[in-house]
Amino acid sequence: MQGIDEIQLRLLEEIAGLHEVPEGAFNIRANGQLATRHNTAHIEIVSKEDGTGIDIHIKPHTKKESVHIPVVLSQSGLTEMVYNDFYIGEDCDVTIVAGCGIHNGGDAASQHDGIHRFFVGKNSRVKYVEKHYGSGDGRGKRIMNPTTEVHMEEGGYMEMEMVQIKGVDSTKRSTAVDLAADAKLVIKERLLTHGTQDAVSEIIANLNGDGSSANILSRSVAKEDSTQTFIAKIYGNAKCAGHTECDSIIMDNAKVSSIPEITANNPDAALIHEAAIGKIAGEQIIKLMTLGLTEQEAEAQIVNGFLK
Amino acid sequence: MLTLENISFDVPAEKGEIGIIRNISLKIEDNQFLVITGPNGGGKSTLARLIAGIEKPTSGRIYFDGVDITEKNITERANMGISFAFQQPVRFKGVQVLDLIRLAAKKKLAPADACEYLSEVGLCAKDYINREVNSSLSGGELKRIEIATVLARGSRLSVFDEPEAGIDLWSFQNLIQVFEKMRRQTQGSIMIISHQERILNIADRIVVIADGQVTKEGPKDRILPEILGTASAVDACKFYQEDK
Repeated sequence: MQGIDEIQLRLLEEIAGLHEVPEGAFNIRANGQLATRHNTAHIEIVSKEDGTGIDIHIKPHTKKESVHIPVVLSQSGLTEMVYNDFYIGEDCDVTIVAGCGIHNGGDAASQHDGIHRFFVGKNSRVKYVEKHYGSGDGRGKRIMNPTTEVHMEEGGYMEMEMVQIKGVDSTKRSTAVDLAADAKLVIKERLLTHGTQDAVSEIIANLNGDGSSANILSRSVAKEDSTQTFIAKIYGNAKCAGHTECDSIIMDNAKVSSIPEITANNPDAALIHEAAIGKIAGEQIIKLMTLGLTEQEAEAQIVNGFLK
Repeated sequence: MLTLENISFDVPAEKGEIGIIRNISLKIEDNQFLVITGPNGGGKSTLARLIAGIEKPTSGRIYFDGVDITEKNITERANMGISFAFQQPVRFKGVQVLDLIRLAAKKKLAPADACEYLSEVGLCAKDYINREVNSSLSGGELKRIEIATVLARGSRLSVFDEPEAGIDLWSFQNLIQVFEKMRRQTQGSIMIISHQERILNIADRIVVIADGQVTKEGPKDRILPEILGTASAVDACKFYQEDK
C-alpha cells in the first residue's frame, strides 16, 4: 500500500483486518497525515477546510457498501485531535470501520483523540466497528480518547461494536446517542486492560422518540494493576425500551467500577440495568482442566470466550 | 486399569477431622462398565473427584495403567486418558458449544463432526452448535452437552457423576439410551455414579458406597437383586407413578 510502512501495515491488520487496499470507500491516516483515500459513486470523503478531519457523505439509498477510515500512529510523541463527521442519507445500509493503532517505540507519549459525529438518516442501517490497539515497547504511553456522538432519525438502526483488547495505556471514551421514534441502537463494547492501564467508558442514550430502543452490552476483563470504570446512562423520554448489561471479570490487583443509571421521564419507558463483577469461577477452570488444558490455558480460553 | 489403594479423604471439622472416604480400595478393569451407587452423602462424588484429581486423597495411592497418579494434577490425568462429567455442569459466558467440543476433542473439528457428538446425546445439533454455554441452556441441555464433551474425548476412562441429577424424567429416559449405546460400542472403561435401575442394569460390576466405605461389591447379577427397592436403586417410572 502506498505511503504505508511495515509497522503501520501491521497496525492496520490489527485494527481493521486490512491486508491490502480495502473495497469500497476508504481514508487511511498515518502519523497525522492523509496516506491514501478512495471515493465511490455513493460515498464521498472530503477533508475539512481547516484541516482538522474529514467529512464522509453517504448518499441516500446506498446499500451494502462500506467505508474504512483507520488511523495509525507509529511516530513516538505524536499528539493529534481529529474531527470526523458522517452524514448518512435516508434508507442506507452501510458498514463503517474505524479504529486506531498506535505503535510507540519511544519515550514520549503518543496520543490520538478522535471526535466522531454520525447523522443517521431515516430508516438507515449502520454497522459501526471500532477497534483500538497499541504496540511497541517504548516507555512512552499510548493514549486514545475517542468521543462519539450519534444522532438517529426515525426508524434508523445503528449497531456499534467497540473493541479495545491490547496495548492502550489510557483511554477515556465517551459515547452519546439520541434516538428519534422507532430508532434502534445496539452497542457491544469489549475491553481488556492490563499492566497499569486505565480505562473509562461512558455511554449515554437518550430515547426521545416513541418506539425507540437501546441495548448496551459491555464485557470487560481487568488484569494485573489496571483500573476500569464503566458508566451507562439511559434516559427514557418517550414510550421506549432500554437495557444495559455490564459484565466484568476481575483478576489480580485490578479495580473495576460499574455504574449503570436508568432514568424514566415517561411512564411508558421500560428500562432495565444489569451489572456484575466477579472473578473467573474456579469450577470453570477445573472443567477445562479436565479437558486437558493447563490452568493458564483454561484462564486464557475463558477470557477469550468472554470477550469474543 | 484404575486401582485405588487404601484411599482416605478427610475434611477439617470443628473437632478434629471427618472422614468422607474411609480406606477404600477398588479396581476398574479395561473396558469394564462399573456403576457406583449408594445413599446420598456416602462419598460417591468425592471418590469421582479424587479420581479426576480435583481433590487429593489424605492417604492412599491411585494407579492408572500401572502408573502412580496420586500426585498428578487434573490436567496431567486428563491428558493420560481420564475424563470426568460433572454432576452440575459449569456454564461459560461467551464460550460456544462448538468451542467446548473442539477443546474436548483436542482438534479443530469441522462443525459437522462436532454435531455428531451432539446428535449422539439426543440434541438437534444445528440448534445448539453456536449457542453459548450460558444460563440460556436448561439443566438437561447442559447435562447432554457435558456428556458430549466426554464422548468427544474418547478417553480410556470416563467418569460420570450422577448423569440423572437435575434433569427431568423424560430427558433421562433418552439419556439412558446414550449410556446403553456407549455400553455396546465403547472402547475404554466407564464409571458411572447413579441410583437409576436402568443404569445399574447395564453394569458389569456394581459397587455400593455408604458412609465413606464399600459396603457391597460384585457382578451386577449378584448385587442388583440385593439392592433393588432400596435407595441405591430407584426405578424411575415407579418413582414417577408414586409422585402422581
